[in-house]
Amino acid sequence: MPDPLPTDSVGIVTPQTLHFDTPITLACDQTLESYDLVIETYGKLNANASNAVLICHALSGHHHAAGYHSEEDRKPGWWDSCIGPGKPIDTNRFFVVSLNNLGGCHGSTGPCSNNPQTGQPYGPDFPVITVRDWVHSQALLADRLGIDCWAAVVGGSLGGMQALQWSLDYPDRIRHAVVIASTPRLSAQNIAFNEVARQAITSDREFHDGRYFEHNTLPRRGLMLARMVGHITYLSDASMGEKFGRELRDQAYKFGYDAEFQVESYLRYQGERFSESFDANTYLLMTRALDYFDPAYEHDNDLAKALLHASCEFLVLSFSTDWRFTPARSQELVDAMISARRKVSYAEIDAPWGHDAFLIPTPRYTAIFEAYMDRVAREVGA
Amino acid sequence: MRTDLKIIEQWISAGSHVLDLGCGDGTLLDYLQREKQATGFGLEINPDHITTCMGRGVSVIEQNLDTQGLGNFEDHTFDTVLMTQALQAVRRPDVVLDEMLRVGREGIVTFPNFAYWRLRWYLMRRGRMPESETLPYKWYNTPNIHLCTFKDFEALCYRKSFRILNRTVVDGEHQDRWLSRLWPNMLGQIAIYRITREES
Repeated sequence: MPDPLPTDSVGIVTPQTLHFDTPITLACDQTLESYDLVIETYGKLNANASNAVLICHALSGHHHAAGYHSEEDRKPGWWDSCIGPGKPIDTNRFFVVSLNNLGGCHGSTGPCSNNPQTGQPYGPDFPVITVRDWVHSQALLADRLGIDCWAAVVGGSLGGMQALQWSLDYPDRIRHAVVIASTPRLSAQNIAFNEVARQAITSDREFHDGRYFEHNTLPRRGLMLARMVGHITYLSDASMGEKFGRELRDQAYKFGYDAEFQVESYLRYQGERFSESFDANTYLLMTRALDYFDPAYEHDNDLAKALLHASCEFLVLSFSTDWRFTPARSQELVDAMISARRKVSYAEIDAPWGHDAFLIPTPRYTAIFEAYMDRVAREVGA
Repeated sequence: MRTDLKIIEQWISAGSHVLDLGCGDGTLLDYLQREKQATGFGLEINPDHITTCMGRGVSVIEQNLDTQGLGNFEDHTFDTVLMTQALQAVRRPDVVLDEMLRVGREGIVTFPNFAYWRLRWYLMRRGRMPESETLPYKWYNTPNIHLCTFKDFEALCYRKSFRILNRTVVDGEHQDRWLSRLWPNMLGQIAIYRITREES
C-alpha cells in the first residue's frame, strides 16, 4: 500500500463471507443445498438503497476489486483504477458491491470447497455454473443486502455478460447495465481458445480427472499453459510488440529451446504465478460459463427478441485493438438493442492494449465512464 | 435554445422516435426528450460530444455515416431522422438522404446555401472560394465537401421523388427574415427542409 494513501483510494478493505442456507437450483438441474459468497463493499448504502452498484468479475477475477487488504499489500484490487472516491465508480456517492462468483476459488463456494455430503473438496463434482446462475445468486445476494434495484450493474468481458444477463432476467431490479469489452456470445474462435486451455489442463498428468487434491498435487503445468494461451488473447500484437519486441534475454541466440526471447519468459512467469494461485477446476468452469453464454439462444437466436425483456439503459464500450471480443461484437449487441428500441449508448475507445484495455484507465475511457456514472448517480439521488 | 432547433421542434410530434445524425452535444435530443417525450438515438463521432451526450442522458452511438452508413438500422424504424448542418460534410449526400428516408418516415435537413448573395459576391469580386462566418474554412481544409444551393437540393429531391413538406429559410442567426422569404436562393443563408418519400 502506498504511503501516504492516495485520496482516491478506498483504503484498507475487509472481505466478508455471507452464508446462504436456502438451496439454489442451477441451470444444469443440480442443486447446491447451501453456499458461501465472499464479498467486499465500498461506500455507504443510502437510506432508500438506491445507490448500489454491482461489480461483476471476469474469468480470473474475484471480490477484491478496490483498495488494499493490509498495509503490506503491494497491489490494490483488480479494478482500483475505476473504483474509489472521485473515480468513475465514485464511492463517495455509490455503495459498491463486488463478489467472488459461485464456482470461484477465492472463498465463495466452488470446486475447492468441501462438499458437505462427502466432507471432501467438490473438485470435478462441482456443478457447471452458467452466467444465469451467477446472476441468480447475485440477486439473492442483493436481497440479503436489502437492495431492491441496482443503480447499475457493471462488468468487463465475462463481467459484462453478467450485466447483460441481469438486464434480461431481472429487468425491474436494474436501472443501468454497463457492458464493457464484452460480447453477446462467444465465436467459434473464442470457444476454440477455451478448448485449448481446457485441454492443457485436463491432459496434465497431475490433473487426475480433477481430483488432484486427493493426490496431494496440482496440475500446475496445464494451468500454466492455459493461462499462457489466454494471456496472449488478452493482449494485442502491438502492445506485445511494444513491451517485448524481439528482445532477447541474453545477447545472442543459443540455438536451443529454453526461454530466450523476453516474451517467452514473461509468459512463463505469468503462467507459473497463475498456476500457484488459481484452481484448475474453477478455470474449466469459468471457460465453460463463457462458452455457454448465449442469451439469444432461447429466443430463436434473435438477440433483439431477447432484449425485449430488458428495460434498463445500457452503456456499451469496446476497445479498438481488442481481438478477443472485437468492437464488432459490441456493435452486434448495440444493433440488437437499437432494433429492440432499448436505450443504449456506445463508444469504441482507441486503446492499444487489446482486451486488457478495460482494466487500464485512458483519458477517453475515464471521461466516458465518469460522465455516464455521474448521470446515474444524479438519477438515483446519490 | 438555438432558433433552428425551435423551428425543428415544431415539426416533431410528441412521443416520436427520432434519429439525429451528427447529434453534436445532444442539445436537440435532450430538448426533444424533455419537451416532446421523444425517444431515440444520436449518432456522433466527436469524442467530446459523445461524452457530453452520455453525461446528459442522451443515447448516443459512435458511428461514422461515411464509413458505416445506416445499415444497422432497419427500415421505417424512426418517425423522424434529423441531420443539422452535416449534409454538406458527408461523402455521399444523396445516399445519406436515401438512407434517412429508408429508416425514417420523415427527414429534417439543414444546410448552408452556397448561393447566398454574399458568397456569390465574394467569389465574383475576389475570384476565390468564399469564406464566411457560416463557412469559416479554406478550400483545402474544409469539412464541407459537398456544398450546394437551395435550388440544387430541391432538384435532387425532385429527381428522387422526395416530397418537400416544409421549408424555412433563415439567416446566419437562424432568424426568419422577410427578405430571405422573398428570394430564398439569393438572400437565405441556411435552409431547414422537412422531406418525406410518402405520397400526399
